[in-house]
Amino acid sequence: MIQFKNIIKKFGNGLLALSDINLVVENQEFVFITGKSGAGKTTLLRLIIRDVLPTSGVISVDGDDLIKLSGKKTLELRRKVGMVFQDFKLLTDRTVFENVALALEVVGRKPKEIKPEVEKVLTQIGLLNQKDLFPIQLSGGEAQRTVIARALITKPKILLADEPTGNLDHVTSWDILKLLEEINQNGTTVIMATHNVDIVNKLKKRVVVLEKGKIKRDEKEGKY
Amino acid sequence: MTLLKTAWQHIRRSPYQTLTAIMIMLLTMFAASVFLVAAYGSSVILNYFESKPQITVFFKDEVKREEINSLEDKLKGTEKVSSLKYISKEEALAIYKEQNKDDPLLLELVTANILPASLEVSAKDVKHLGELNNIIKNEKIGIDEVVYQKDIIDSLISWTNAIRTIGVVLVGFLTATSLLIILMVVGLKIGQKKEEIEILRLVGASNWYIRKPFIFEGAFYGFIGSSLAWLISYGLIIYATPYLSSFLSGIPLLPLAPILMIKFLGIEILTGMSVGITGSLLAVWRYLR
Repeated sequence: MIQFKNIIKKFGNGLLALSDINLVVENQEFVFITGKSGAGKTTLLRLIIRDVLPTSGVISVDGDDLIKLSGKKTLELRRKVGMVFQDFKLLTDRTVFENVALALEVVGRKPKEIKPEVEKVLTQIGLLNQKDLFPIQLSGGEAQRTVIARALITKPKILLADEPTGNLDHVTSWDILKLLEEINQNGTTVIMATHNVDIVNKLKKRVVVLEKGKIKRDEKEGKY
Repeated sequence: MTLLKTAWQHIRRSPYQTLTAIMIMLLTMFAASVFLVAAYGSSVILNYFESKPQITVFFKDEVKREEINSLEDKLKGTEKVSSLKYISKEEALAIYKEQNKDDPLLLELVTANILPASLEVSAKDVKHLGELNNIIKNEKIGIDEVVYQKDIIDSLISWTNAIRTIGVVLVGFLTATSLLIILMVVGLKIGQKKEEIEILRLVGASNWYIRKPFIFEGAFYGFIGSSLAWLISYGLIIYATPYLSSFLSGIPLLPLAPILMIKFLGIEILTGMSVGITGSLLAVWRYLR
C-alpha cells in the first residue's frame, strides 16, 4: 500500500510542485494519474521511489516511512518498485538482453542465474528474438517493452509508468497498455501517469487528476 | 557485464583522456624512480666512503721508509687509529693495473715511478679525524698531498641531502598534479555518464556498484603509468651502467641487483595505484554523491 499524507513538495527554485496531496493506493490497484504538463505527475512518481523527498508530509510504501528510510532500505525500495519512462532510459551501449539483465546485475546476481530469468521475461514480453539488438535498432514499442522487461525482472510489487505511451503511435500504445494490464492482473500495483485521453477513457480504471500540484478529482472508474 | 569489463569500456572509449592520465602518471613515477635510485645510490656511495680509510697521505718520492714508520708510530700512539696501511709504489702499480686491466693503453703509460707511495689511515671514529689530520700536517717529512675523506663525506652528505630534498619536492609536486589530473579525467567521465548513472540508480544499484568501475579506472592508470616508468628507468640504468661503473670504480653500487629493482617496482606500483585510487575517490566523492 502506498500512502501520501498532506504531502507538499517545493523545489529549490521556489516552484510548488505538489501541495495537500492525500492519496492511498491499495495493493494490486491500477491507477492513472492525469493532468497537464507541469501538474506534478512525475514528481508524484519520483516521491514513491524516493528520488526526491517531500518538503513536508508523510509518505509510506508498505508501511515504511520513506522520509526516514536508510540508504540500504532505499535500494531495497527501488528494487521493489519498477519504473518505466517515456524516454525509455535504456543504456545505448548495451543490448536488449544486457539492459534487462542490468536490474539483476546491480543486486549482485550471478550471470548463470541471470540468463534464464532474462530469457523468461523476454519471452513473456515477446522480445526474445530481439535480445541481441541495441536500443537504436529497436522500434519505439520494442524499446518500451524492453524497459518494461527491465522493470519486471525484479518481480516488483509496484510498477510506476511515467507516460509510457508518450512517444508511441496509437496501435503500439494499446499493445503497451495491454501488457501493463496483464502485469496488473498478475498482482502488481500499476501507477501510470499519462496524457492519453483515449486510453484513460476506454479502460475505466481509477483516475487521479492533478491540477497545479493539487488533486482535482479522484474517481474509481474515472475519465480524463 | 562484469565490473572489470565496465571499467575497461570506460578506459577504451575515451583514449585521449586515458592517455593524459597515463602520461602524467608515467612522468610522476619516472621522476620518483630516478630519485629513488639516486637516493639509494648516494647512500651506498656515502657508506662506501665512511667505511674506507678516512685519510690518505701521499708521499713525495724522496721520503724514506723510516720516516714513514715514525709517522705511523706517532699516529698509533694516539690510540685513535683503527688501522694503518702502507702502500708502496709497487703495490700502487698493482692496484692500478687491477683497476685498469681492460685498458692496455692506460697500462702502457704507467710505471711504478710515477705513482706515489701512500699511507691509508682509518680512524676509530669520524670525530678523531681532525686531530689525526693535524699530526700529519705538522710532520716535517715530504708529504705531497693529504686527501682528507671527511671533506668528501661532508660534500657527499650535502649532495645526498640536496638530492633528497629536490626529489621529495619535485615528486610531491608531480604527485599532486597527477592526483588533480586523475580527479579531472574521472570527473569528466562521471559527467559523460550522468544518464547511465541515473539509470543505474533507478534500477537500484548501490553507490559502490556505481563507483567501483571509476575507482578501478584510477587504479589502472596508476598501474600502467608506474609500470612503464619503471621499465623506462630500468632500461636507462642498464644502458648507463657501463659508463657509470668506470666512474664509480670500487664502489659496490652497479650493476643494480634485479631484486632491488623489483622492490622498486613494487614500491612504484603501490604508490602509483594509491595515487590513482585516491584521485578517483576524490572524483566520485566530489561528483557522485
